[in-house]
Amino acid sequence: MIELIIEDRCTGCDACVTVCPMNVFDASNGGPPAIARADACQTCFLCELHCDADALYVGPDCEARAPVDEAALLASGLLGAYRRDSGWGDWATDARYANQHWRMDAIFARARAAATQR
Amino acid sequence: MNAADLRTDVLVIGGGLAGGWAAIAAARAGASVILAEKGYFGTSGVTAAAGPGHWWVPPDPPEARREAVAQRNARALGLGDPRWMERIIDLTWRTLPTLAPYYAFPIDEHGRTQYRGLRGPEYLRALREWATHLGVRILDHHPALELIADRDGVVVGANGVRRQAGGGWTILAGAVVLATGGCAFKSRLLGCHTNTGEGLLMAVEAGAELSGMELSAYYTVAPARSTMTRSMSYMFARYFDVDDRPLDIQPGPDVTRALAAAMLAGPVFCRLDRTPEDIQAVMRQVQPNFMLPFDRWNIDPYRERFEVTLRGEGTVRGVGGLRIIDDACGVGVPGLFAAGDVASREPVAGATSGGGAQNSAWALSSGQWAGAAAARFSRRPTARRVSGGAPIGGAGIRPRRGGRPVDLVGVEAAVRAEMLPYDKSLFRSGATLARSLSALDQVWSEIADHADPDDWDRLRTREAAGLVATARWCGVAAQARNESRGLHQRTDAPGTDPRLARRLRVRGIDRVLVLPERTVGALEDVG
Repeated sequence: MIELIIEDRCTGCDACVTVCPMNVFDASNGGPPAIARADACQTCFLCELHCDADALYVGPDCEARAPVDEAALLASGLLGAYRRDSGWGDWATDARYANQHWRMDAIFARARAAATQR
Repeated sequence: MNAADLRTDVLVIGGGLAGGWAAIAAARAGASVILAEKGYFGTSGVTAAAGPGHWWVPPDPPEARREAVAQRNARALGLGDPRWMERIIDLTWRTLPTLAPYYAFPIDEHGRTQYRGLRGPEYLRALREWATHLGVRILDHHPALELIADRDGVVVGANGVRRQAGGGWTILAGAVVLATGGCAFKSRLLGCHTNTGEGLLMAVEAGAELSGMELSAYYTVAPARSTMTRSMSYMFARYFDVDDRPLDIQPGPDVTRALAAAMLAGPVFCRLDRTPEDIQAVMRQVQPNFMLPFDRWNIDPYRERFEVTLRGEGTVRGVGGLRIIDDACGVGVPGLFAAGDVASREPVAGATSGGGAQNSAWALSSGQWAGAAAARFSRRPTARRVSGGAPIGGAGIRPRRGGRPVDLVGVEAAVRAEMLPYDKSLFRSGATLARSLSALDQVWSEIADHADPDDWDRLRTREAAGLVATARWCGVAAQARNESRGLHQRTDAPGTDPRLARRLRVRGIDRVLVLPERTVGALEDVG
């Protein structure tokens, strides 16, 4: 579930307020949005994808919030990883993160082949 | 008329895959279009965080499509319709390349453009951009609560709330497309919490029927305590009990019931160590969200074991929904059309889940058919004279008896408790279904009789009504199908009854009736 907004990174663009399908955030006049309805978070991680500043962190546990240490999080490399690995936004031109979703068919086929050999 | 009161040719309710395609098709047919979405057209619904592959069969050689349809129809177990299968294969094949101006279709190592599988966030972004270019007016955070009908029962608009701006909205329209998705009973399936069933309720209040609601027991594996129902990697899974003894559960289409049976006995753990290393290496670029829970829990899923759970899909990857009665995706109510998971997918999936491929192709196709038909309907001479109508919402909006506070958290918990436990859903019996329905009827009475929301919780209250109504329809249909077929498995009737190779129509809200269709695939013969 949504855990925190890194205030030093947040540009106050309110993209997360707009894109959150569960309406978790409230805008606050140019500053970082408030996490107003954390209980409504559906742990879809899509706010992170749409945050150009990589200022949001959604915890993996969808059943309960778990406090995180901001300094540890900043050092972890987790912030912005979803956006980068998706080749989203300013990562779109980086060939290392090109969309390889189309490989799913071949992956399924290899899994099926492996299963029949067992 | 204040800023929240609008008029349009076509109102599309829901901004997921089907709603996006419906809005585009209606606008291309020349209609003015408003798309009203509960959350945000781009992140709402189950496609948004997923990676929909489409049923993708080239027209050449011609026998390929015939074979694909024949194979699928065999799995439909008597409830499918080959003609609809052919229709969606053809339209999907012709449509996806037209998205190229808005979606960067990748090119594989053989230089071929890959159209079949799309990433959810990028797909919805593309649909939103195309719709915007076509002049569709998009209203995010504008959940619809109820339809408006004229004196003849023609649907002429909808009411809803402005979740962020505050207050309500009314939109009068020449026709309405419902694309509100399936209902997974807030199971924590990835992206499903906007899909709460009130779209089904709105349509049934207008006079639509449902079909296939008993085909609603589908589950997808995920790491325990996570939403990450991305199932591909589990094709390589090995499963273990709490003492690390291997469980005899083989990946494949029938894995769910085996997993559920094991989970009823105790915690189940998974290892993905059979995943080839080259696939491990590329996984983050294939499914960028698959690794998010593991990375955040600091688990290496390819080396370490982790606990797994099953998340209920209800009618999402289940099959049931509004009963489509014609090729234009009408639901038997003038002015109302249905697209995507809110509609029954029996024509293309039958009794077995269509999974992603059939469902995505269905959303794309039914969206375009419904959008184009709504545009046509809105051009009929009388449509321009629509001056209004009456809102027709019942439960969760207008209490039948005295209004009083209703415990919405308790209502949601009651629905989950009857619809999600594996023993009640995957291993059904007449006795357990009767007990579930009795509990759900009680909750239904409470909501229908007394829920009288103030401005603050109008959406939540109507969602609760949608959840309970959908649960009851599923339960009543499951009780009526006294056999086992595809997704619907009864421990007290394990065999398939050839006389029940027909769809079950479901009608009514307070009193729910089930009527077996006389024949499948000849819809005009029925009713």
